[in-house]
Amino acid sequence: MATHSNNHYYVPHGSVYPAVISAGLLTLASGFIFTVATDKSKDLAYLQAPGKWMMYIGAAIIIGMVFKWMGTIITESITGQFKHWEDKSFRIGMIVFICSEIAFFAAFFGALFYMRILSVPDLAGFDPLFTPYKDFLGAWPSAGPGGTVLGVEYHPGKLEPMGAWGLPAINTMLLLTSGATITWAHWALIKNNRNQLIAGMLLTVLLGIAFLVCQSFEYHEAYTEMGLTLGSGAYGATFFMLTGFHGFHVTLGTIMLIVILIRCMKGHFTPEHHFGFEGVAWYWHFVDVVWLGLFIFVYWL
Amino acid sequence: MSTTTVAHHEEHHDHPAGIMRWLTTTNHKDIGTMYLTFSLIMFFVGGSMILAIRAELFQPGLQLLNPEFFNQLIGVHALVMIFAALMPAATGFANWMIPLQIGAPDMALPRLNNWGFWLLPPSAILLTLPFTLALFGIGDGALATGWTFYPPLSVQGGIGVDFAIFAVHLLGISSVLGSINIIVTLFNMRAPGMTLMKMPMFAWGWLITAFLLIATIPVLAGAVTMLLTDRHFGTHFFDAAGGGDPIMFQHLFWFFGHPEVYILLLPVWGFIPQILETFSRKPMYGYKAQVYSLWAIGALAVVVWAHHFFTAGMPVPALLYFMYSTMAISLPLAVLFFCWIKTMWKGSMSFETPMLFAVGWIILFGIGGLTGLVLADVAADAQYHNSYFVVAHFHYTLFAGGIMGIMAGTYYWLPKMTGHMYSEKLGKLHFWLTAISFNLTFIPQFFLGLAGMPRRIPDYALQFAEFNMISSIAAFVLGFSQLLFVYNIVSCARGGKKATDQVWEGAKGLEWTLPSPPPYHSFTEQPTVK
Repeated sequence: MATHSNNHYYVPHGSVYPAVISAGLLTLASGFIFTVATDKSKDLAYLQAPGKWMMYIGAAIIIGMVFKWMGTIITESITGQFKHWEDKSFRIGMIVFICSEIAFFAAFFGALFYMRILSVPDLAGFDPLFTPYKDFLGAWPSAGPGGTVLGVEYHPGKLEPMGAWGLPAINTMLLLTSGATITWAHWALIKNNRNQLIAGMLLTVLLGIAFLVCQSFEYHEAYTEMGLTLGSGAYGATFFMLTGFHGFHVTLGTIMLIVILIRCMKGHFTPEHHFGFEGVAWYWHFVDVVWLGLFIFVYWL
Repeated sequence: MSTTTVAHHEEHHDHPAGIMRWLTTTNHKDIGTMYLTFSLIMFFVGGSMILAIRAELFQPGLQLLNPEFFNQLIGVHALVMIFAALMPAATGFANWMIPLQIGAPDMALPRLNNWGFWLLPPSAILLTLPFTLALFGIGDGALATGWTFYPPLSVQGGIGVDFAIFAVHLLGISSVLGSINIIVTLFNMRAPGMTLMKMPMFAWGWLITAFLLIATIPVLAGAVTMLLTDRHFGTHFFDAAGGGDPIMFQHLFWFFGHPEVYILLLPVWGFIPQILETFSRKPMYGYKAQVYSLWAIGALAVVVWAHHFFTAGMPVPALLYFMYSTMAISLPLAVLFFCWIKTMWKGSMSFETPMLFAVGWIILFGIGGLTGLVLADVAADAQYHNSYFVVAHFHYTLFAGGIMGIMAGTYYWLPKMTGHMYSEKLGKLHFWLTAISFNLTFIPQFFLGLAGMPRRIPDYALQFAEFNMISSIAAFVLGFSQLLFVYNIVSCARGGKKATDQVWEGAKGLEWTLPSPPPYHSFTEQPTVK
């Protein structure tokens, strides 16, 4: 602590971006609600059509503001406002943010383990004389015993689980390789080797995109050929929510990697000063580790 | 922390005037003021809802509200009070005081700090809009599930549930951003020489709170997301027909919900000892023991969640585990109580308003804690679960332990924030009115619960009439005496006797070395702590 007693900490000037992003979030959220839901007396039904537009407008506001906000930070960074002290704030902040992301995925992994270990076997374990689920064996993967859901009959279809050693294994290789290429790029950055840095980043971006392409093939196959959908009971819900949120994070990570690639090409980073690069690299490794968890617990075991 | 050298100089800083100052600000004091003001407004929004409920419960039978609307009031009252009144108040104090207490120029991530606040008004809109529309006869109104969103009711519920889900999402983002900021500030912005074990207790309380928020808020976000997909996208997380389980939601919810109790209380446990040492004019007793106890409570907080639904059904070993682990929390909490009392022991005490609130807080929060011990007993809980005993218990912890603590902090720091002394006479009147009417509101509810009155029901059996009448009258006194609080704050902000730098004779710590009110940028040069 004693080192920075003479330093000035950079307190940025005011900015309108946070408040506008919040307004964008409000627009997006209420638009989404009006699109998917309405009230019993249908007073709000006429909002269904404008709801879609509210979503688009809200999302556009958020994306635009995030880019402007990040642009401001990049300008501050290359004009030398951030020294060692500010840099440390960003590092701690990024670590804590990734911890909160881990907690978010933990909720869905928790749901998977709960259903697989507790609720599905329990539904098969009732007294045979009184059970409402006579032929239900409770084996995993399961779409549940079936029954009435909110007054609508639910029949679980025949479930074909997603095998681990097809596309998912390829995806694992893609992500693990991308983790290696981004580290290779980081070494290049430290050695001040521009060409290797840009090649490494380009490879990482391409691997990220390849992963997303493979995942969209996988989803397409699940829906069209395997009968595996979001509505396929316990297995379908956990499969699509876990891999879906992970895919969303890969998408965000890829966009961030592209921004960093452009910044690398513009020469924003120096061997001593490149938190932007490292922050995104940490995020990418986090996404990578979550995938390993998915591969083991969702696909393989 | 005994001797401090302070070097700060006034620096002129141009910031926009009017609404743009507040919309764009990156100043921790501005943001703290916005949080505290928002909290005070929402305190009255949530309070007026509960007065409508108490008016309905004044007599048996249905008089004023239809049951659907009654249910909505109950859920929105809780969400508003927890997420929009109590949490923002604690965050407001954190913004105002942590940089001053640790000698920092500002919070570590000022723009993020601003975003953390500006997420709150949109979520307040999402929370109250369906409700307001329903008052004008449009739509079904807000969620009618209680604040806990239990399925299957919440899966079947109207559009109000969707609004509440997204309100919770925005509030969650806000809390995570605030926590990131506080953790970074405490780890990276402390004045040279201020080691972790020299931090003020308030900073410790908030550090552990922030860790709890980071660990649990995202789980709540995940749980309500599952609820949303169950409602609209055909998943079966909480539905036995698809292999899911409604009780799984209770696990996910209370994995967040129980730590949430400590999230609301730990900041208060931070500054109450500081108030006690100030007005007892002797150093805090057992600083280290308190810090370790706060850590122990923070750690236990995340492993005891299922005691909130003992009666929902779980295996006996699980019941036993959750009972014993819950009771184990009383050990570190007893250490804290001992330290608070020992801090006052043989001190030269004086009873200004903050001290009155702090001492009253110890007693009333003690009642809340002890009744919690009763509820933690699996066998006893089978009787008390979902009764008014529970309602009285958690109001002793959250109104007395939370809001009265916040009031103590408000009176303690108000002269520092505004530069003026509040009216001591009115402050004391506010304390006595609050303390007495609070007890008259909730002591009858303990008896109602013991006699078997269920919570969240708009009608009740005739035998409960007298106690409900007492409770309702006292609740109105309690509600209206809070107008004194507002009057006190507003008149203090507008003028009054000038406050000195130290404000209170026994006050210690860096925030009391700055002028009252502190300059716009507090410590442009960090002080050195020896």
